[in-house]
Amino acid sequence: MSEFIPKPARPAPATEIGVIGWARKNLFSSIPNAAITLLTVYVLWSVLVPFLSWAFVNADWVGSTRADCTSGGACWVFISVRFNLFMYGFYPEDSYWRPNLTFILLIGFLIWLSIPRIPFKKIGAILALTVYPVLAYVLLYGGFGLEVIPTHRWGGLMLTLVLALIGIVVAIPIGVILALGRRSEMPVVRMVCVIFIEFWRGVPLITILFMASVMLPLFFVGGTDADKLMRALIGIVMFQSAYMAEVVRGGLQALSKGQFEGADALGLSYWQKMFLVVLPQAMKIMIPGIVNTLISLFKDTSLIVIIGLLDILGMVGQALADPAWLGYPAEGYLFVAFTFWIFCFSMSRYSIYLENKLNTGHKR
Amino acid sequence: MTQETGNIITLKNVNKWYGEFHVLKDINLDVKMGEKIVICGPSGSGKSTMIRCINHLEEHQEGDIIVDGVILNNDLKNIGKIRKEVGMVFQHFNLFPHLTVLQNCTLAPIWVKKMPQKEAEKIAMKFLERVKIPDQANKFPGQLSGGQQQRVAIARSLCMNPRVMLFDEPTSALDPEMIKEVLDVMVELAGEGMTMLCVTHEMGFAKKVADRVIFMDAGQIIEENEPESFFNNPQSERTKLFLSQVLGH
Repeated sequence: MSEFIPKPARPAPATEIGVIGWARKNLFSSIPNAAITLLTVYVLWSVLVPFLSWAFVNADWVGSTRADCTSGGACWVFISVRFNLFMYGFYPEDSYWRPNLTFILLIGFLIWLSIPRIPFKKIGAILALTVYPVLAYVLLYGGFGLEVIPTHRWGGLMLTLVLALIGIVVAIPIGVILALGRRSEMPVVRMVCVIFIEFWRGVPLITILFMASVMLPLFFVGGTDADKLMRALIGIVMFQSAYMAEVVRGGLQALSKGQFEGADALGLSYWQKMFLVVLPQAMKIMIPGIVNTLISLFKDTSLIVIIGLLDILGMVGQALADPAWLGYPAEGYLFVAFTFWIFCFSMSRYSIYLENKLNTGHKR
Repeated sequence: MTQETGNIITLKNVNKWYGEFHVLKDINLDVKMGEKIVICGPSGSGKSTMIRCINHLEEHQEGDIIVDGVILNNDLKNIGKIRKEVGMVFQHFNLFPHLTVLQNCTLAPIWVKKMPQKEAEKIAMKFLERVKIPDQANKFPGQLSGGQQQRVAIARSLCMNPRVMLFDEPTSALDPEMIKEVLDVMVELAGEGMTMLCVTHEMGFAKKVADRVIFMDAGQIIEENEPESFFNNPQSERTKLFLSQVLGH
């Protein structure tokens, strides 16, 4: 009887591991697969190579006038010369620190609230929802010794962010209230909510903005007419809260009746039931829908260009009409697209992260 | 009034309709303090609806329901008062999946009774020990078996210190080997003098703990009696037929 000696492990064949093994398995496993791989490579090659050489290799980066764009590639000089306009609109240059500080504070709060390891979330949330809006208003608009900068001078990315953030933060609570109202047992409350939601959802945002800018002043007599940005904001908030309400309603409907009855039977009041039992669970289901709505709101803010407010897209559009810089629409629109994409993509990734995080622990 | 009659629950000529459908027809029922009542009957007979009316999960249209001296009507204050006194255990447990077992148990005491968190947790642990799952306190309901979840649901109700417990088919959704652990807890509870109304098909449980068995069909109480006479000497033909089907196998 000889002792059992296991065979020594041999290295796997080259076809199973490494780059070649992976490529053989995944890219060239069959003739159609190989054909699709080659075709894709060809298409990517023929699109990407010219694009990259235009955007990077042959591009002009430094300079101050269009005369500096000589190489035939992208003229990023156009963007760098106009960069401040794209970011701040016609905000006075010596006050750029004000939007900058507002933005840095915003990032600070976002990091505080969105990274789980940082403590004192409650204080952070309260500060972010009470102190920060006032501070941001004073910083951006003025007052308390700061020079007042009227909103018609705001513009660019700064205006985009102001519109999107206020729209988001105000639309969510209104949306929740509307959704609860739509499911209320009181017929009057329910009807009011249904009419409100269906009205705002049935009208295009562009029409609402027109109405806000042209029709609202007709209702305010004399000097009480509200600021143009304020009017646009009210329109955007109404529009978005109607959409938000429908997302929230979807989340509420996904919960079983038993959850409502369980809370009722324990004697919880209506609001306790909603905020302690129903909404925390519905929120998990609603995250993709909410973020989807937020992303579309973020992009829709560009529509305010039709009432004469210039967000980042509006600023770029205006710069393109400047006779000194005719002929660089590709650079301008790519820049806008890239800026929007960064914000929307981050929102989307954060929502996926949040979904995964909330999923652990309460699987049913 | 409660003291005089000794009744904690009174139903007087209660009628209920779902739209056109007449679910409960002239229900009269008196439940004494400490009484254990088992309600049985074919499905659709209105037995669940009847006990769900007692804590106003369902609304009745005619007649009076009086719980511990409080008349149940559409007054939210009265509904709140009654729900504090009446615990309920559901067929599908209805635990809150986003909260831990302990948080499930402390939620109502903290928010409805305004109890300090520490005290609520102490009471919750006491009841979790009584249903024999204190070691699961920090798990989520989804991590427990059906029988364990139902025991948590019983503990959650007991944390509100109710005077009456309603059970709506508490074992119907459980695997056979888990039924016993839940019934054991209920038997123990009955032994401590809790007033219980229990809709169930567990005839063994009925024989063991019930003071009275009620048989319902087509929205009416057909027969009520002590378990011994009920099972051995049913009066109506309908009851006999039902019992032969339930006990026959």
